[in-house]
Amino acid sequence: MSTSAQNLEPRELIEGTSLWQDAWKRLRKNRMALICGYIVTGIILSCVVGPFLMALWGYDYQSQNLEYGAHSPSLTHWFGTDFFGRDLFTRVLYGGRVSLLVGFLAAVVSATIGTLYGAVSGFAGGRVDAIMMRIVDVLYALPYMFLVIILVTIFGRRLELVFIALGFVGWLMTARIVRGQVLSLKQQEFIQAARSVGVSDTAIVLRHLIPNTLGPIIIYFTLTVPSMILQEAFLSFLGLGVQEPLPSLGALINDGANQMVVFWWQLVFPGTVMALLLFSLNFLGDGLRDALDPKMK
Amino acid sequence: MTQPLISIRELHTHFRTDDGIVKAVDGVSFDIAAGETLGIVGESGSGKSVTCLSMLGLVPSPPAFFPRGEVLFDGLDLLQLREQELKDVRGDKIAMIFQDSMTSLNPYLTVERQLTEVLEIHRGISRREARAQCIEMLEMVGIPSPEKRIDQYPHEYSGGMRQRVMIAMALLCKPRLLIADEPTTALDVTIQAQILELIDELKRELNMSVILITHDLGVIAGTTDRVAVMYAGRIVEQGSTEAVFATPCHPYTRGLLQSIPRLDDPTVEKLFAIPGVPPDLSALPRGCPFHPRCDSVTDRCRVEYPDIVQFGNGQWSVCWEAEATA
Amino acid sequence: MSLLSVRNLKMHFSVSKRLFHGPSPVVKAVDGISFDIDEGETLGLVGESGCGKSTTGRSILQLLRPTSGTVHFGGKDLTAMWRPSWGQWKWSEELRQLRQQMQIIFQDPYASLNPRMTVESIVGEPLRTFSTARGGELRRQVQDLLQRVGMDPHYIRRYPHEFSGGQRQRIGIARALALNPQMIVADEPISALDVSIQAQILNLLTDIQAEFGLTYLFIAHDLAAVRHISNRIAVMYLGRLVEVADRDELYASPMHPYTKALISAIPIPAPTVEKKRQRIVLKGDVPSPMSPPTGCRFHTRCPVKEARCEVEEPAMREIESGHQVACHLV
Repeated sequence: MSTSAQNLEPRELIEGTSLWQDAWKRLRKNRMALICGYIVTGIILSCVVGPFLMALWGYDYQSQNLEYGAHSPSLTHWFGTDFFGRDLFTRVLYGGRVSLLVGFLAAVVSATIGTLYGAVSGFAGGRVDAIMMRIVDVLYALPYMFLVIILVTIFGRRLELVFIALGFVGWLMTARIVRGQVLSLKQQEFIQAARSVGVSDTAIVLRHLIPNTLGPIIIYFTLTVPSMILQEAFLSFLGLGVQEPLPSLGALINDGANQMVVFWWQLVFPGTVMALLLFSLNFLGDGLRDALDPKMK
Repeated sequence: MTQPLISIRELHTHFRTDDGIVKAVDGVSFDIAAGETLGIVGESGSGKSVTCLSMLGLVPSPPAFFPRGEVLFDGLDLLQLREQELKDVRGDKIAMIFQDSMTSLNPYLTVERQLTEVLEIHRGISRREARAQCIEMLEMVGIPSPEKRIDQYPHEYSGGMRQRVMIAMALLCKPRLLIADEPTTALDVTIQAQILELIDELKRELNMSVILITHDLGVIAGTTDRVAVMYAGRIVEQGSTEAVFATPCHPYTRGLLQSIPRLDDPTVEKLFAIPGVPPDLSALPRGCPFHPRCDSVTDRCRVEYPDIVQFGNGQWSVCWEAEATA
Repeated sequence: MSLLSVRNLKMHFSVSKRLFHGPSPVVKAVDGISFDIDEGETLGLVGESGCGKSTTGRSILQLLRPTSGTVHFGGKDLTAMWRPSWGQWKWSEELRQLRQQMQIIFQDPYASLNPRMTVESIVGEPLRTFSTARGGELRRQVQDLLQRVGMDPHYIRRYPHEFSGGQRQRIGIARALALNPQMIVADEPISALDVSIQAQILNLLTDIQAEFGLTYLFIAHDLAAVRHISNRIAVMYLGRLVEVADRDELYASPMHPYTKALISAIPIPAPTVEKKRQRIVLKGDVPSPMSPPTGCRFHTRCPVKEARCEVEEPAMREIESGHQVACHLV
């Protein structure tokens, strides 16, 4: 190369605006999505920090007060207490923590496995792709809940295992979506350009394909989280969720539903929090989809 | 002078966007006489398509708005008409065909259904009667075995055939004006020749006027009587096709003509190229929008938008330099 | 010896394997093409949609594995350098290294650049893959390349969507130049650009050809642009070459009926000339490459065909020096 080029210092260069930044700007303009974002953040923060604060004031999720029993909301117990005298507010916070943990981590596990699997399958193409997708098809046909129940029964009801079990069964959909994206991206000229330059296959998958599929993955992820939270709640209904006395929102709602005529607060509060969380996550997901929509590119 | 068929006066079509107001069409005026073909030539962002879509009220109206202007046809201002009244005009008295015939036809309906629908709506006749007329029309546009092919779906036709179907659909009600928006851009050059010849024939047979929108100066040269050159939402030059090509009076027109490689000229080492890029419509420069790319720019061009300069033969352009030499 | 030597290149695609009903339909996109390109020369390849010219370009570059035929680049046969791997074919390391010398410029400036990468990354990727330059040195080389193609090096941190179509095409050209190739295949490089930008890019391509000593295969459907930039022109129809000649010769005395029709169909921006022209308007549409006509492929639309043309395929013959035609009537 000739030596006639000026060597510009990094600070002299004009920064560009990536598509992510564009999408972020668009998202910020969407009022509804923004509010829901705040709500979700608020709930997450409360559930993370809240229990510590409550511990400082002497509340926790399992200390019982059998003489006190169940009481409706009061100044000392904002959400009331349950049959065992346990403070419901703290239990909701802990329950929220567990549900969110399970929901997010299960979604992360399923997104990671699904993305890698789908990307490899879509990029490889041909026989490899066909075989990998047949495996997905077979797994898809198996009753999902059945598998989760088996896994949980075999490996116990420990928190970590619950979300692994959920994530493990949930990656199938992500794999299909990512594979579809990759298949259509493969035909795009910039992928052919990278191949033409001689970029290795691994580099193409990591540098070119996955960043361009992140959009749908993120959207799908945001919509998977509420789904996972609900799955966990369902498991709790069956008595297969997290181990007592550790609460989850699902377990709380289950208990509350049994006592709803007599002790309405045990259903209303956890139920409202759960509904608010799911609702906001869904709206946020919608907002993300609009913001990331390639129509604007 | 006879009354023009359609008269556009000071048409303005602006869009409200997140980046500000985009002046897609910023003061366009022209007339079309009966039986003539007007070519509108321009590049992306020139406003040529939006002009014609505005004429027929096909521009979605938020975010578009029309601060000024009128489109006079048959004694009515089309811009003031309500949607219901516009529907009577569209397809019946003024018809439009588009560039991409695959997306302009409904892939789920047979060609017969789409054609007869036009007659059912505008002429109120039954589907069976309409079918006969449609077959006739398909024959006229050169579709072989129309009685059989009319029952096929759009994807069973080739690109050129589909474009003919579009033309048939547009001409079913014998409109007085046909607007063709880049009708051949997506077609091969040998098919393009067929389609342009067809439009010309039909124009004479049905005594129609045609507006032909394109970016291809060769097509303009071969098929139009008059031409309007658009840039950044305005017409910068207008006149008879022969006059404009022989003596272009605007630097942009001159630049375009010089920069196209021509089959009939001896080859040159370097083509003349207009420097710079087409303007950003949401941030037009002051003065004449072409001045950043103009090779005969003066200080006045940078501040003041030029006046119209008339030349004797009905040709006019919008340029300070042209005024100086007129 | 020519830099590029293509012999009997074929590229067939099978469409949807049928489980029970016999052989699956085959699209014969390229069906027996032979030509040479000398070093420093520009060969223009023209034809209409579906004729197989883009597929030809990609097969030559080994982006698609040719069904049969040979492609010799600098004396070495590229088609023999594929290795089977996991039920598919991949490039051998030798081919991968050799291919640095053959790059491509694409048609669509919007789709040919990764929207998530900065210009610096895009143009730097070839360098990152093959050379050891990193950091400041890499950036300097990228800036150098961008300046060569007429772009302001201050903008290397920008993303593709922040540029216009013409500028993106320049970025694509800079990327193609990064490895200092001997040959560039330009696949419709100007069709997607505005008219006023097309001339700029054509001039750029001419300039860098002189500066870098490049050999071009220029694929396009715009015969006028091809004529401007090429030394010789090859005309393709439905997977076969019908005529090859020097550019002025082709326009001055075309011999194949298709070439004549093609030339006459191209509108010339001069009203007085246009209105007087006698056009040869071909009837009918291009046949499908899945079932090409027997004999001469052009006979279904040929205005001067004879009985012989329906049965016998014409061979490519050299009529005059450097002028080859495949037609019975010449």
